[in-house]
Amino acid sequence: MNPANYVILSAVLFSLGAVGVLVRRNAIVVFMCVELMLNAANLAFVAFSKINGNLDGQVIAFFVMVVAAAEVVVGLAIIVQIFRTRRSVSIDEPNLLKY
Amino acid sequence: MNTAVNQGETIVFWICGFFAVLGALGLIFSKKAVHSALWMALTMISLAVLYVANQAPFLGMVQIVVYTGAVMMLFLFVLMVVGVDSSDSLIETVKGQRIAAILLGLGLAILLIWGIGSSMTNVGPGSLDDANSVDGGNVQGIAHLIFTTYLVPFEVTSALLITAALGAMVLAHRERWLPKPTQSEMSKARFAGAVHPGNLPAPGVYARHNAVDTPALLPDGSVSDISIPGPLKARGDVRPVDHMEMDEITSIDEGSQS
Amino acid sequence: MSPLVLSSATLQEVTPATGVFSLIALLIGLPLLGAAVLLLGGRRTNKWGPYLGVLTVGTSAVIAIVMLVKLMALPSESRAIGESLYSWVFAGGFQVDLAFQLDQLSMVFVLLITIVGTLIHIYSLGYMSHDKDKRKFFGYLNLFVAAMLILVLANNFLLLYVGWEGVGLASYLLIGFWQFKPSAAAAAKKAFVINRVGDVGLSLAIMLMFVTFGSVTFSDVFGSASQASEGTLTAIGLLLLLAACGKSAQFPLQAWLLDAMEGPTPVSALIHAATMVTAGVYLIARSNAIFDRAVWAATAVIIVGLITIFMGATIGSAKDDIKKSLAGSTMSQIGYMVLAVGLGPIGYVFAIFHLLTHGVFKAGLFLGAGSVMHGMNDNVNMRRYGALRGAMGITFVTFMAGYLAIIGIPPFAGYWSKDSIVHAAFEKSTLIGVLTIIAAGITGFYMTRMVAMTFFGKARWEDDAHPHESPKVMTIPLIILAIGSTFLGLALLFWGNIKTWLEPVLGLTEAETALPELAIIIITLSVVIIGAIIGWVMYARRAVPIEAPRGSWLTRAARQDLYGDAVNDALVVRPSYHLARVLNWFDSRAVDGFVNGTAAFVGGASGRMRKYQSGFARSYALSMVGGAVIVVLALVLVRL
Repeated sequence: MNPANYVILSAVLFSLGAVGVLVRRNAIVVFMCVELMLNAANLAFVAFSKINGNLDGQVIAFFVMVVAAAEVVVGLAIIVQIFRTRRSVSIDEPNLLKY
Repeated sequence: MNTAVNQGETIVFWICGFFAVLGALGLIFSKKAVHSALWMALTMISLAVLYVANQAPFLGMVQIVVYTGAVMMLFLFVLMVVGVDSSDSLIETVKGQRIAAILLGLGLAILLIWGIGSSMTNVGPGSLDDANSVDGGNVQGIAHLIFTTYLVPFEVTSALLITAALGAMVLAHRERWLPKPTQSEMSKARFAGAVHPGNLPAPGVYARHNAVDTPALLPDGSVSDISIPGPLKARGDVRPVDHMEMDEITSIDEGSQS
Repeated sequence: MSPLVLSSATLQEVTPATGVFSLIALLIGLPLLGAAVLLLGGRRTNKWGPYLGVLTVGTSAVIAIVMLVKLMALPSESRAIGESLYSWVFAGGFQVDLAFQLDQLSMVFVLLITIVGTLIHIYSLGYMSHDKDKRKFFGYLNLFVAAMLILVLANNFLLLYVGWEGVGLASYLLIGFWQFKPSAAAAAKKAFVINRVGDVGLSLAIMLMFVTFGSVTFSDVFGSASQASEGTLTAIGLLLLLAACGKSAQFPLQAWLLDAMEGPTPVSALIHAATMVTAGVYLIARSNAIFDRAVWAATAVIIVGLITIFMGATIGSAKDDIKKSLAGSTMSQIGYMVLAVGLGPIGYVFAIFHLLTHGVFKAGLFLGAGSVMHGMNDNVNMRRYGALRGAMGITFVTFMAGYLAIIGIPPFAGYWSKDSIVHAAFEKSTLIGVLTIIAAGITGFYMTRMVAMTFFGKARWEDDAHPHESPKVMTIPLIILAIGSTFLGLALLFWGNIKTWLEPVLGLTEAETALPELAIIIITLSVVIIGAIIGWVMYARRAVPIEAPRGSWLTRAARQDLYGDAVNDALVVRPSYHLARVLNWFDSRAVDGFVNGTAAFVGGASGRMRKYQSGFARSYALSMVGGAVIVVLALVLVRL
């Protein structure tokens, strides 16, 4: 099987994640879409790792996971904090930063 | 790599790829955030299988443990805090956002596939057999790399994780503005102007509907609002009281007496 | 025309200063110190300041005389003394020292400046006695003397330029000394601006010298002048001529000198008759090594000189203002000198000779005019003078000495020097010689007119005028200058032997003339006397009307300074105004329009674009994804 399929699947997932970020308004769902994009990137790394026959791609994917975990922790804490003050997790709510 | 393995990999790819895309679509289109999270978990498990199929068993396990196990649970916890029932209306508020987003997403996907398809036509499947066997296995190989070539980034990520943990604590911490009320103060406050100082009435308990969503009835037969937990009320999950049934029961009761 | 004696200027060996010559710096430093004390000392120097000013210049004059005596004792080939104070400009291969060079040419200038300067300082004590800014006046005069000494003693063109600008500054300050008069302030500005034109010429000439010779010291430039191309030398020569025209009020930069008479009379005498205006002549004579090798530049000098001789003489004949008439005469006489330096080695020496005698007798004439004005309530209109010979005898006698000197009656000073120039002109070309003789006749006419209108005829005084002789402090310098006017020519020519004195610096050639020498002398004298008689008949025998008659077109033109101002106005001022107006229009419409248009465009565009700043994080993310799509598109397209 052509390993390009993995990469194409990765691209599809990435695009879906991007669309989700743009379309959804629930901050938690948006966050999950971001995670989906990161996972798609990881899939591409793993596929490339196999194509190239070395483990560096997997190590990078590992680091991406670590960073994603850290990001989730902080991001969710921020969401909780926003929810406490605004009683809402809609990302359209804080739109004061405008003209 | 022999043909059987190759075919097996192909089958695994198509099955898991289907589920991954299905999960992603579900993530996007679910109305409720909890459903989105569950679809997301499906995608991640599919990806874990694909990792294993790509000769990355360590990453596959980590994917399941960290993502499906830890990260998704964290998401669900936060959803609980925020309110499981909070759902987006799917009506778009920003003008043209949805169409533009879908068009751009499609464009991005098409361009990426175009680029990948045109550049990766003659790529062999490749194999990690050699790389995995050098140190005796995939985990050992990754460990070797992390503690030699990628030692410094690895140490930096440890600092990052500690910082993230600290940051989460700081952010989630709620500053107390008033001194914590003592028990006596709380009981005084409860009796000082409260409407209902004692226990609230328990929900109605019937043989058939032994549940908290059934309101208690007052002596005159009307429903007691305060007997139902607030979240259920908010959700509209209060079971209506069937007066016909009640009358029947009463008549049977009376009939048996008479 | 075959040369009888051939001796071109050779570069003299400069010997280091010893003995009294090491005081060269003091020569300049004394007046400079006086200027500093008077100008910085403020009101507390009011009482003794003017006397300090006289003292510093007087001491310099004494030092100069001692130096002259010492210099005469030296053999003629070692009369160039150099003294370097310190390295002034030091940039890469370019080095200029603050260094002085005293040679025969500088020496005569130093003597003229310090001695005439001293006399005029003394005269000013009386002339300016009632002025409350007397101290400032003497400070400026000291500054002028110091700058002029730097000019003539510099051993390089850069230091000469410092002096050149310094005298320009002093001239500006002194012309505008009575700045409360709008006319004086305007005249000062005019002189300054016109002088700038000439100064640009000098600075360009210096730059060209540096580019060509790599140095600006006299010895380097003149020593290697023979190696430069004639085109370069002509360019340098013409630029130097431009500088000389500005400073010496030669055509076409002559317009400022007549207005400069707004300054106090001692200033007119010292700066605008005797010394500063001759700086141009000095510059050309000093640069003889360049002009000898640039024929066209030398010819241009002759033409400029000739034009100015006649312009000055015409203006001098028509003006009723005694000082302006004298100013016209100064222009004319400097024209003679410029003509003479243009003649080359035939004329350099005689140009300087005439410069010296003119410096003395013109200073005397100006001071005499000042004395007359002093007695006539500062009235300058000669039509309100008349018959003053009785009222102010000493002034009359001294003025007459100057008069006879300037028109060139033997044995007065001007005769010897002017006759030499006429002779040199004949050596060059008979046409030039004839023209100089005609100009001499006009000189006789207008000077006679001046004398007749002032001292002879009937009194046409204003009602409140009470003519009286000036105080001794003014008449004594007059007397000294009158003695100079009488005997200086003889003394320089026969006792001082000016020809052999200057010859090592300037060179001296003699050539045959078309007419015998005696014939030239007789013709010149007859023309001068005819001119004088015409003047006498017109202005002494006939009554002079108080209101000026309309006069011929030439008279009217001359009263308007031969339309010098109108020409400047039409050629320079008006085009400048128009250019400024066009530029202003361009600035306000095009430049400002562009700037304001840009601002309006940015403002309007941002006003519209800020609508897209909706505050929704998702729309920002949308544009980000759009950017990512464009990047991917670019990558794909580039790869394909």
